[in-house]
Amino acid sequence: MKNAIADRVADFLKKFPPFNMLEHDNLTEIAKEVDIVYLEKGDTIFKKDTPFNNHFYIVRAGAVNLHHNNNEQNNIVGINDVGDIFGIRPLIIQENYKLAAIANEESIVYAIPIKRFKKVSSTNVKIHKYLITAFASNTYDPYTAEENGKIFVDYLPNTSLDIANFQSANYTKAPITCYENSTLKDAAIKMQEHKIGCIVVVNKDKHPVGMVTNSDIKNKIATGQFPIKTSVTNIMSSPIITDKKDITVAHAQLQMIQHNIGHLCITKDGTANTRLIGILTHHDILVTLGNTPSVILKEIKRAKKNKTLRSARIKANTLLKSYLEQNMPLSHIVKVISKINEAVSVRAIELAIKKMKSPPPTNFTWLSIGSQGRGEQLLFTDQDNALIFNDVLPEQYDKVKLYFLDLAKRVTKSLNKIGFEYCEADMMASNPEWCKSLSEWQEQFKSWIFNPNEKAILLSSVFFDYSHVYGDKHLTEQLTNTIYQSIANTSLFFKTLGKDALKNPPPLGFFKQFLVEQNGDKKNLFNIKSKALMPLIDAGRLLALSKQIKEVNNTYERFEKLSALEPNNKELFDSCAYAYKALLKFRTKQGLQNENSGKFIELATLTKEEKLKLKRCFKPINEIQESLKLRFDLKI
Amino acid sequence: MKWHWFTKKKIEYPQFWVDYINTFNTKPHKNIEDTRFIAFDTETTGFDRKTDRILSIGAVSIINKTIATKDAFELYLQQEIFKADTVKIHEIMKSDSLNKVEEIEAIKHFLAYIKNDVLVAHHAMFDYTMVNAMLKRHGLGKLKNKIIDTGKLYKKTKHIIYQDNLKNYSLDELSEELNVPIVDRHTASGDALITAVAFLKIKSRLKKLDKLNWKTLF
Repeated sequence: MKNAIADRVADFLKKFPPFNMLEHDNLTEIAKEVDIVYLEKGDTIFKKDTPFNNHFYIVRAGAVNLHHNNNEQNNIVGINDVGDIFGIRPLIIQENYKLAAIANEESIVYAIPIKRFKKVSSTNVKIHKYLITAFASNTYDPYTAEENGKIFVDYLPNTSLDIANFQSANYTKAPITCYENSTLKDAAIKMQEHKIGCIVVVNKDKHPVGMVTNSDIKNKIATGQFPIKTSVTNIMSSPIITDKKDITVAHAQLQMIQHNIGHLCITKDGTANTRLIGILTHHDILVTLGNTPSVILKEIKRAKKNKTLRSARIKANTLLKSYLEQNMPLSHIVKVISKINEAVSVRAIELAIKKMKSPPPTNFTWLSIGSQGRGEQLLFTDQDNALIFNDVLPEQYDKVKLYFLDLAKRVTKSLNKIGFEYCEADMMASNPEWCKSLSEWQEQFKSWIFNPNEKAILLSSVFFDYSHVYGDKHLTEQLTNTIYQSIANTSLFFKTLGKDALKNPPPLGFFKQFLVEQNGDKKNLFNIKSKALMPLIDAGRLLALSKQIKEVNNTYERFEKLSALEPNNKELFDSCAYAYKALLKFRTKQGLQNENSGKFIELATLTKEEKLKLKRCFKPINEIQESLKLRFDLKI
Repeated sequence: MKWHWFTKKKIEYPQFWVDYINTFNTKPHKNIEDTRFIAFDTETTGFDRKTDRILSIGAVSIINKTIATKDAFELYLQQEIFKADTVKIHEIMKSDSLNKVEEIEAIKHFLAYIKNDVLVAHHAMFDYTMVNAMLKRHGLGKLKNKIIDTGKLYKKTKHIIYQDNLKNYSLDELSEELNVPIVDRHTASGDALITAVAFLKIKSRLKKLDKLNWKTLF
């Protein structure tokens, strides 16, 4: 018998992972056995520490909260929105529920029988990977998930894995070598200079004879077995495994597994009796196979050219795409990508310093400001940065400033080549106004705080979100201290900042319609940045400053921190944090899809689910703005 | 000698009808939570119980707060009567590739499915009448099930002083008021599911008003 209800259930499921990875027939098979469960606000689906049942769940309408205990009032761990799945982990690892699931509002969830799901997905590699990743990241418990930074390392979402396996491996040409008569110390110095983990020992004909790796040094030198002046031949691993230059990835991997090694020497004819032409490491294989943050970070740290940095940053974009497809928790995505962005900046600065004629004349620190400063820059957007150098004697000042301006110009130029557009408003360290000594910066911030005019507030919204990227952290700390001392003595500043935070009203109009742009070439588009993200960013910054929350720049982390500080406003702050994450994810997806900044959204292209999801995020904006009005006595 | 011109000749009912009638010998559940409700809907050629025919029946079962997809019911009926002007609503055509069954087969399956459970429908009188007309054509009796009208039931969630002024809610209006996701409107199964979700939502509202009891439901 035809079952139209099952078809409709399937239509819904196929939009969301992991169901979108299933074949149509398998999906229908599951859909036929789904229970449609209606929930009233406060209804419990499962309790903590109770045995698992036979179903896991996906939200069809409404939202379901996960709690750390069975009491509805507190400890929300996460909110599952339309399309989110929950309650699957206990079924697969066969343990009691670790969390309680309680309806946040009137909701409909689909209960999916685990048996049927397991049956049809047992041979589906994609789903397995998805589930393993979801579990490893503890999606169901973001608090512990934050600690678990390792999960990305081993996971390669790569559909073209098979193709990659049979392509020839990219090995390092002209590897660093040393001769048989070198001492270990010389070899180690060479390794340090080139930031490498192994060095090939060659004979006078340049035939490879052995290899010294970090672990050889650790095991044979650091333990005192040999002195550091010993000959490399005493401690090298030998014989070495060699192969031809057209070796495939699959073959290379096999060789490494068979011989339990991490390096292969590539020689002219593939034997140890000819010249060494390259070295293939396990790392090279990973690079060929796909993108992992650790590989990308290593590549960045070792980059010698902007071109390499650019390619690494582009790889990060592919990584970002796959993370979003897997529905990874946004907090993870943000951490990984901002780490990569930071590493790119650091490396660009290091390379620029090398190119300068002399080392920096005094300590300095490079700051990211704006979205990068908040650690929320997921897509390629503008670069916003600033530079603080240590105070110097007045007669040296001009020279020092010129040096840093020159340096900053090189860095911003590199960043531009890598893919970060110049800031339109010229808020970059290469601008003399934003490349200043510590005391100048301290005065600058004081003037913004004590004379908050329109321009000051505009700049504050960018400069108050700074984070340390490179250099002397002490300078950043001193600036931070000055700022927090100053703001403790003024309420005018907060009022002005508060008014500014309210300049963007909640994004829904009187009839609960999205407020779209009224004119210009963006007519009828929805500006998610100014209408939805900015109000939360501004509110988060204002509250963080007023509560003297230091060094938390991330908007959602600010709200999470606020939530911990003010238990009676917990619900509001938590919902702001949640909404911010959801909106940022949304914008990033849109940006990737349309290959732009994701700032403007064509509402017509959204599905009804997406619109509902978006609308749900707007409620907290309204609430937080109301609360700002009361808190800072802002009469509008 | 027996007097049998005043007593009707006893009709020999088919076994499936007898089975259906017998289900009413078992006592119904006392608790609303344990009761199986059947939300159903029919698509017809029109609104006249004498000349119009049922083209499809869709139904889902509800126990407490759960609708089991596995336990859904859907049938298309083979009918000689066909009216082109209603095709635009139900989109069932005369020569569809749908797997259609004869009326009597449909009745058999439907009765076996609903048993003595409580029926739920939107503007229930219409569906109820159409089904009874169909039963009558085959010499069977009327449905014995209790039946709930979601249209009427919804009004009971409103305050007594407003109840009389309330309009008759169409299924679309009701879905809008109750925020029921609408998919597949105007297919029997789709409307049955919408009715089922609406019923659950109304039930929850009645419970909050402390009015959820058998007396209110009927």
